[in-house]
Amino acid sequence: MKRVDRDLGRFRQIVRGKIKKDLRKYMSHGEMIGRQGKRFVSIPVPQIDIPQFRYGARQGGGVGQGDGDVGDPIAQGDGQPGQGQAGSEPGKHTLEVDVSLEELAAILGEELQLPNIQPKGKKNIVSEKDKYSGIRRTGPNSLRHFKRTYREALRRQISAGDYDSADPIVVPIRDDMRYRSWKETMLPESNAVIIYMMDVSGSMGTEQKELVRITAFWIETWLRSQYKEIDIRYIVHDAAAKEVDQETFYHIREGGGTKISSAYKLCNRLIDERYPAAEWNIYPFHFSDGDNWGGGDTRECIELLKRELLPKVNLFCYGQVRSLYGSGRFAHDLEEYLGNDDRIVVSEIAERDDIYDTIKDFLGKGK
Amino acid sequence: MKNTRLPPQLEAAREEIEQIARDYNLDFFPIIYEVLDYRTLYETAAFGGFPTRYPHWRFGMEFDQLLKGHVWAGSTIYEMVINTNPSYAYLLEGNEDVTQKMVMAHVTGHVDFFKNNMWFAHTNRKMLDTMANHATRIQRIIDRIGFDVVEDFIDTCLSLENLIDYHSPYIRRPEAQTYRPVVAEEEPIEVEGLVVERDYMRDYINPPEYLEERRKKLEAERARQRRFPENPQKDILLFLMNYAPLERWQHTVLEIVRDEAYYFAPQGMTKILNEGWASYWHSTIMTQKVASAAEIISFADLHSGVVATGGGRLNPYKLGLELLRDVEDRWNKGKFGKEYDECEDIREKKLWDRGLGLGRKKIFEIRRLYNDVTFIDEFLTPEFVLENKLFTFRYNRDTDLYEIASREFREIKEKLLFRLTNFGQPFIYVEDGNYNNRGELYLRHRHEGVDLKMDYARDTMRNLHKIWTRPIHLETIIEEKKRLLSFDGSDFTERRID
Repeated sequence: MKRVDRDLGRFRQIVRGKIKKDLRKYMSHGEMIGRQGKRFVSIPVPQIDIPQFRYGARQGGGVGQGDGDVGDPIAQGDGQPGQGQAGSEPGKHTLEVDVSLEELAAILGEELQLPNIQPKGKKNIVSEKDKYSGIRRTGPNSLRHFKRTYREALRRQISAGDYDSADPIVVPIRDDMRYRSWKETMLPESNAVIIYMMDVSGSMGTEQKELVRITAFWIETWLRSQYKEIDIRYIVHDAAAKEVDQETFYHIREGGGTKISSAYKLCNRLIDERYPAAEWNIYPFHFSDGDNWGGGDTRECIELLKRELLPKVNLFCYGQVRSLYGSGRFAHDLEEYLGNDDRIVVSEIAERDDIYDTIKDFLGKGK
Repeated sequence: MKNTRLPPQLEAAREEIEQIARDYNLDFFPIIYEVLDYRTLYETAAFGGFPTRYPHWRFGMEFDQLLKGHVWAGSTIYEMVINTNPSYAYLLEGNEDVTQKMVMAHVTGHVDFFKNNMWFAHTNRKMLDTMANHATRIQRIIDRIGFDVVEDFIDTCLSLENLIDYHSPYIRRPEAQTYRPVVAEEEPIEVEGLVVERDYMRDYINPPEYLEERRKKLEAERARQRRFPENPQKDILLFLMNYAPLERWQHTVLEIVRDEAYYFAPQGMTKILNEGWASYWHSTIMTQKVASAAEIISFADLHSGVVATGGGRLNPYKLGLELLRDVEDRWNKGKFGKEYDECEDIREKKLWDRGLGLGRKKIFEIRRLYNDVTFIDEFLTPEFVLENKLFTFRYNRDTDLYEIASREFREIKEKLLFRLTNFGQPFIYVEDGNYNNRGELYLRHRHEGVDLKMDYARDTMRNLHKIWTRPIHLETIIEEKKRLLSFDGSDFTERRID
């Protein structure tokens, strides 16, 4: 360990504290999603600095070197051209901090006080995995461990006095041969699937979809930290439902009416076909503006939930985004008929600031 | 522990370079080179060149940014040397030999500068040990008081780190306080004139105006004595150490921060000159003696990287090097003095050559006596400014761009000096430690035409308040109006003063 690691660790801790403090703000910003890499998210953190009596940069100006006429621009306003030590500090206003997705999930969990998820009834499911980490005396030549074989031969020759360091020839015999081999390891495993459903009828605008997108990002971040592998499926629906890929899910725009039951049916079929409830932790999330086609369909939805979906899933979440046209009826209906079932969570997302609370509602149950 | 000594071929190069340097009359402390892998080198760089520092997150931040700069932007530290006796210098493992040679020549220049430049005369040459001691002392305080409290206090002290008097090691300032703190009771001031024997002569020997003047003087003197501090103090850290209600450990921490600030100060004061000097010597030594024919292209490539300018930036290496060369050339040819200055003929001036050959001697004199401010002030010429395409820039509010403001010699020189004087830091003085007769601290910002960065100023006042514990006042000018900014521990107020 290097001496500086102590300070680096402390610095990271401070940064983490800053992110945590402003988590609500970060959660309502969509831009973070764009900065997502495979394992890291780059988060812009306000510069961490020690305040001192200093000159304001803009009024001062400075001295530079190079071509150009009086009046020619040389740099953007926030990128103060530096003069090295001779004067102005180079303009650094924000710090780009790379946070791993696990760490972000940990921050999220701590700040929102999310309980760890208890995977349902899967404790006994283990998978066997073979790892080539063992050594055996027999095996195919393709797996021969040259180094170990050589070492055995050397050891034998030295102990037998056959080894001559002036003429170091080592010849392995049959007994010296060593081969790589596998060991079986047992891995407890729990699988999870997220099924996102979204209403894409005419009343869902760009801002509504953005809300869904940000919410979905945080849900994913958290669930990924809880399960080893996660499948994600996307369903869009208006009057009819279909499965789409991620890109389409966030950008598609359809018109027409809304039949929520169509999505629930498709979701149910997906579960039955691909994700047997006994082996999978299932998380359907449904986002809509709460406008449904007449009373009949809502009744059908509730029936579907009660009989089919809820018994199979860990948690069913319904997020209702506010739109100009939506009546918002559906949330009330769910509350009314299924409000006391703890396998369903209903949350309303009126604006970006609500995302924080919605995530807390959805994931706060530890299921 | 890894072996960090120079490999044999570089050890031979070191001996050769140092011998050549000595032949050029460079005079330096013994130099100990260590070859470090880049992580260790960057770690040491983050610690300001020292292997051991007290625990503080800013070193971690520095390290993080250096490493990111290295990984993402490809920026590399070639060399680092610290001002101690013997001097320690660090080389990056795996660099080409020609790079290492150039760096060693460069380092030799720096160490010669450390040893001989008068601004470094008062620095602690055993700083390596002192830094380690500081680290131990602070670690002990942390063990006793607790990490969070101490870290917070270090942050506070660092926020005031620049409030020192950069020139105080070299001159004797009036003390903050003479040892006559208690002023005698309010006796009326009696002015005694000269002895007068004849009554009618009184007004001639002691004219009333004169007596009145004397009286005023004595009054002012008495008022001054009552003031605290008697003279405005620039070394605010010292003032706080002497008069702020600090606990013992806080006093220790403050003292350590102040000591280290003073240690690093001369390096900031001589950045341009020091880098210019070192660059002058690495290029002289390499091109004239050390670099083989096979190495010269690599050297040229490296050197041009060191002195590169781009994007309108002023490169201190380049500026220092060019200015030193310019001076050398002028003194070689005798382009100085009354006769040269008064010559009106541009052509004649250009071709001026008296064959004096005093250049080398002159730059050695500069290396001994000058810092960046005096160096620029004395040797920057209009011809140099023109040739090196210097300009001033300013911020344009309408376009949100920095733009070239002028190519006038006077303005460029003024701006450059302004940026260098006092490190480019504002001048702040303790004016009154007992303001309003309530122990409040009154600071004055000597306004030089540029306002303070106000958000930082407020946060700094908060930190001052943590130490002084009584309200803090700052007299400054904001947008051309004189203001008194006050912080009473919870709120800021601002009012006009005239």
